[in-house]
Amino acid sequence: MGKALVLAFLLLAGGTGWAKEAAPAAEDPRLEQRMMAIAAELRCLVCQGQSVANSEADLAKDMRNLMREKLREGQNERDIIEFMVARYGDFVLWRPPFKATTLLLWLGPLLLVAAGLFALFRRLARERAEGEIELSEADHARAATLLGSAADQEPR
Amino acid sequence: MVPELGQFALVLAFVVALTQGILPLAGAARGNAAWMSVARPAAYGQLVLIAIAFAVLTYALVTGDFTVAYVANNTNSKLPLGFRVIALWGGHEGSLLLWMLILSLWTVAVALFSRRLPEEMAARVLGVMGLIAAGFLAFTLFTSNPFDRLLPGPPDGRDLNPLLQDRGMMFHPPLLYMGYVGFSVAYAFAMAALLSGRLDAVWARWSRPWTTAAWVFLTLGNGFGSWWAYYVLGWGGWWFWDPVENSSFMPWLLGTALIHSLAVTEKRGSFRSWTVLLAIVTFGFSLLGTFLVRSSVLTSVHAFATDPARGVFILAFLVVVVGGSLALYAWRGSRIRPEGGRFALLSRESLLLTNNVLLAAATGTVMLGTLYPLFLDALGLGKVSVGTPYFDAVFVPVIAPALFLMGVGPIARWKKASLPELAVRLRWALGISLAIALLLPFALGRWSPMLSFGFALAAWIAATSAVSLWDRIKQAPSGTSAWTRLSGVSRAFYGMLLAHVGMAVLIAGVTLDKGYESDKEVRMEAGDTVEVGGYVFRFDGVTKEAGPNYAADRATIQVIRSGENVATLYPSTRTYFSQQSPIKKSAIDRGFTRDLIVLLGDALNANTWLVRVRYKPFVEWIWGGVLLMVLGGLLAAADRRYRLAAPGWRDEPHLAAVRYAQPAPEAGGRKIMALTQEVDRG
Repeated sequence: MGKALVLAFLLLAGGTGWAKEAAPAAEDPRLEQRMMAIAAELRCLVCQGQSVANSEADLAKDMRNLMREKLREGQNERDIIEFMVARYGDFVLWRPPFKATTLLLWLGPLLLVAAGLFALFRRLARERAEGEIELSEADHARAATLLGSAADQEPR
Repeated sequence: MVPELGQFALVLAFVVALTQGILPLAGAARGNAAWMSVARPAAYGQLVLIAIAFAVLTYALVTGDFTVAYVANNTNSKLPLGFRVIALWGGHEGSLLLWMLILSLWTVAVALFSRRLPEEMAARVLGVMGLIAAGFLAFTLFTSNPFDRLLPGPPDGRDLNPLLQDRGMMFHPPLLYMGYVGFSVAYAFAMAALLSGRLDAVWARWSRPWTTAAWVFLTLGNGFGSWWAYYVLGWGGWWFWDPVENSSFMPWLLGTALIHSLAVTEKRGSFRSWTVLLAIVTFGFSLLGTFLVRSSVLTSVHAFATDPARGVFILAFLVVVVGGSLALYAWRGSRIRPEGGRFALLSRESLLLTNNVLLAAATGTVMLGTLYPLFLDALGLGKVSVGTPYFDAVFVPVIAPALFLMGVGPIARWKKASLPELAVRLRWALGISLAIALLLPFALGRWSPMLSFGFALAAWIAATSAVSLWDRIKQAPSGTSAWTRLSGVSRAFYGMLLAHVGMAVLIAGVTLDKGYESDKEVRMEAGDTVEVGGYVFRFDGVTKEAGPNYAADRATIQVIRSGENVATLYPSTRTYFSQQSPIKKSAIDRGFTRDLIVLLGDALNANTWLVRVRYKPFVEWIWGGVLLMVLGGLLAAADRRYRLAAPGWRDEPHLAAVRYAQPAPEAGGRKIMALTQEVDRG
């Protein structure tokens, strides 16, 4: 009984100058973490290019609260994202869904790399097919004269 | 009266720019020396006129002349003096004036340092730059005049966007513009070369130091922007894939490709048509960036303009510049053959070319993500958002092979490399990077595939750089001292190494930060503590603070480690008188191995505040890496061969005879190119 009183006193006194470990802002830090992971994928619709995770706008706060509630009710990430899309459209997703209109968006990078490398190797192969240049003795001699006179131009 | 002087100077500058654009180009085409000689004086005159306009606007801002619309829109009477000056580039019209001032600075630099160039070449380069200046001056005068009056003037102005009221604003835009606009020099050289038909190693040598200088500025500008966003936006992020960031990142990626392909063109005479195309497209992306930022097509924190006429003008300008250049390229480019030194499928050339392709694809990827929502919306196909999750998912796979090849390229031989030999020379680097990739995450206490991947790339680039330096040193004759060996290596080579190591440091920083950062958000009363990353943060309460044009709540937080006070941080929330919503200023304690960030959130009641604390290990390495890249670029641009007499037509006529004889196509031309190569290698 005595110990409990001392403990209670210490806890009360904590607020008035005693160093104590601060309470997490979120009631359930793990749930908060899950919520923020979803929020990072969602666009804050009234902000300029921010995600729901790092916006201070009222809408973003409301959305975060709503997501907390839904997670607490036992809904999972997918349910929540589906709900947000149903409510706000694809625009709310920072990672656009894979569908007909975004085909080029998602496959574009791959196409660019493939087309670039294909064009490059075709070009290189074609040039190779055209063969090496043969330099005659006279050519080498001429090169040597030029080299001799230009040797001091670029010390390495 | 004074603002009208500025306007008058701009009109004159426009006339001078037109003259500088038309006469020297016509003179070069017709061999008229008198017309060509107009180029330099016109460049100097233009700088003087634009500097006058710049000074006039500065004067109006400093004296608070609210009858000038720009002053009224971007400053108010309570704004501190320093920020009034910076407000010159805080809005649309002023930024353009800065753009033009920087363009004329580059032009004058070219005019001064082009004395060794043949007269037609210099005239053409300056002429092309004059045309660009004329285009931008017309844009300014017709759609975005910084000297427009607002009569009668309001009693007080609006304010400079509070996010921009920061010292970072002093450096970020000028550096970025130095980079953006600097690529106009590479572009002008490419156009001059196309016009003259002289696309060769000499052209590459002339444009290389300019391109490297522009790249250095753009690297610095982007790095600085990221460093600034990191502390001003508060959440500890340093790259947001914001459309405006992307629009200065794209020219950087292409500019990086350009400096590498220029290196090959200079050393080996190869890739010439590709290099020219890159020079055109890189500047095209600088203009696209200007268009994206300066028109209202993008909605982001950076977009100030909302007038569609401006967007249409820049878009038209972009189409004319890029379209015109590409037409010229198509017309003259067919003459560029023969393609210079031959090389095998596996050679340093082919590896560099592969990396060029990957960098171009990476640029295309960023462009796709940036512009896709605009196009989809314009075509009425729906609205989508493309943000960080998308870019993280697609950009890394595209750029990672390029980063891997960064390690192989400098080791591979020119002309023809052999795979077994490469494998032998790279085995140690490979072993070391794999060992680091596997062991380091466990030593640090957390493993994930991406962590190992990041460490592997960073270690790979660093280790292969060491190998290539070792190879270089070994080439020296035996018996020479270590110092002689090290000092025998050219500055350009050290520059390359330093820049590559900078990239390794940057990747290490990104990996460590992403992998091991931690944060907590807590409710704090005076005296409360919270522990993050081994540091204890003690909240000592909040005091009111009065700024010149804002009021603030300022918290005091002590950072303690093993009982010792490490730092005292003062995060605050500022409410600017001119704005509704408050701005949160984070406080950062920076360090070599970690940054600590504290952000003051909302007050829950009179004594309790939300506080967010972040521990970001090695995050400063990101900008350390950027600085190393910048130093590397500077070292490369300062290589002595650019200061020695560049082999030009004047100095070495016999070389000119080999280089510029325009032979019959194919065999004959090839032979001459092959000869030129031998000369170059001498």
